[in-house]
Amino acid sequence: MEIDWQAFLLTAQLAGLTTVILLVVATPLAWWLVHSQRSWVGWVEALVALPLVLPPTVMGFYLLLLFAPGSGPGAWWFSLTGEPLNFSFTGLVIASVIYSLPFAVQPIQGAFSSVGRGVLEAGATLGASPMDRFFRLVLPLSRRGYLTATVLVFAHTLGEFGVVLMIGGNIPGETRVVSVALYEAVETLNYGSAHTMAAMLLGFSFVVLLVVYALNRRFSFRLGSGV
Amino acid sequence: MTVLRIGLEKTLGEFSLQITQQLNIHTVLGILGNNGAGKTTLLRLLAGLDRTERGVIEFGGSTWLDSNRGIFVPPHKRRIGMVFQDARLFPHLTVEGNLNFAADRGVGQLLPRTEVLSALGLEGLLARKPEGLSGGERQRVALARALMSAPQLLLLDEPLSAADMGYRVELLPYLRRVIERFSIPTLYVAHTLDELTQLADQLLVLREGRCVALGSVTEVLVQLDLPEVAGREEASSIITARVTSHDLEYQLTYLAFGGQTLSLSGLVAMPGADVRIRVFATDVAIALLEPAGISIRNVLPAIVTAIRIDAASPFADVLVAVDGQSLRVRMTRASLDELNLTESQHVFALLKTASLASD
Repeated sequence: MEIDWQAFLLTAQLAGLTTVILLVVATPLAWWLVHSQRSWVGWVEALVALPLVLPPTVMGFYLLLLFAPGSGPGAWWFSLTGEPLNFSFTGLVIASVIYSLPFAVQPIQGAFSSVGRGVLEAGATLGASPMDRFFRLVLPLSRRGYLTATVLVFAHTLGEFGVVLMIGGNIPGETRVVSVALYEAVETLNYGSAHTMAAMLLGFSFVVLLVVYALNRRFSFRLGSGV
Repeated sequence: MTVLRIGLEKTLGEFSLQITQQLNIHTVLGILGNNGAGKTTLLRLLAGLDRTERGVIEFGGSTWLDSNRGIFVPPHKRRIGMVFQDARLFPHLTVEGNLNFAADRGVGQLLPRTEVLSALGLEGLLARKPEGLSGGERQRVALARALMSAPQLLLLDEPLSAADMGYRVELLPYLRRVIERFSIPTLYVAHTLDELTQLADQLLVLREGRCVALGSVTEVLVQLDLPEVAGREEASSIITARVTSHDLEYQLTYLAFGGQTLSLSGLVAMPGADVRIRVFATDVAIALLEPAGISIRNVLPAIVTAIRIDAASPFADVLVAVDGQSLRVRMTRASLDELNLTESQHVFALLKTASLASD
């Protein structure tokens, strides 16, 4: 029985990188969704939520086409770097970011809207610029939203399978994540490794959630009060 | 005195605000109006929290808004302090953190922190979080926070409105102390006269987005054609008088204005002090001849200056002049007809001793 440590490492890298990128990307997007008056906000909101309902294979299929080095973004990337997006770690990261987008945007959006205009207006009248208000009022008041987004994205990326298989394949050290390694172990009737990997993933996920809920309880303050 | 010059137009659905005024703010300019008159809209435009397509705002020497020249100074650069109906404290910061937030962003000479804290009685609350404060405490912190940002103009949007009566009584002395001690030009929005007669020296009355009256509180209160100041419970006038002496035995204060003498129950202020006295219109009666053998102690010779009859109610409002000051009198239409009152008629105004209350 062997454990594919490389797959674990790659999974952790993928999940970590995806989480960092998504927190940065989701912040302005969530802010825009909460505060924009435009009529097409609903369209963007629906688009962001799509990965929640689409089968991963549907997304994987379209991403496969987009990433193909022959045309579109894939060709652009290929001419820029000399490497294809398909079946590469970079492609996997981009796919994960898209696939986990709603898990980052929705909690942060919820947090932003619960901060409310009132507190921001008070900050403005006290001399705080928009950026100042964002960093000193909105971010600290939204930390539970960020915590939730971090955990959901990380965990969701750990559990990603369909999209990875479609656009990443199974290249050790490049695209072979734990879920794929596990699938292969089962396919080849290597139940011993499968058991170990599955148990580790299960244990890890549970511990992460446990820590988050504990932190959440410690940090808790009622957002509604005092405003 | 600070000059605030405004020319504002703003349309919100059915409602439109249209005000062109020069406001000379001495201490507190009260803005009175019914719900929906546009008071909060006006304050939000002044703060820069709402925008309008057409308008001018000039405060002191600076232009905050000039739509023709494309000038709009955002709220954080206007150096205002605003207190909202809800305190809007920052829930993730302690009371001290809330005050620091303001002080860190204040420009120029800050007010001494210890003085602000003592004026609002906050010394014991610094370490508390907003969620643990009572409603009255929250508003005091909100006021202190606004002061800590060293504002050039204070905008108070019904700071007592969310309050039940107990908390109004608790907050009023704090407000008065802040106004006296820091003398920051203040616009104070309210929909009841009570607070304004106690705190403001000038009054602007808004109705359906238009300014219908502007002047000293004393002047505006005796305008008989203003329903905003003619409420059954609130119609009143203000007399300024000087305390002359106290009668300790009967616990009365004697006051003088012009050639008249007044007596007031309770002991108010030191002899020599000028005080404003609010007299409710329902507490004044009119006699054609000087009465004798009655319990009312304040009988003042007066001249009728205006009469307004509201045919839809049992009441009429009469304005009389007593030694240059105006008194508002509410009586029934029946009494008015019986007395056959006419303008410039000489009469006697009877004030119940108990009705005189210090402002």
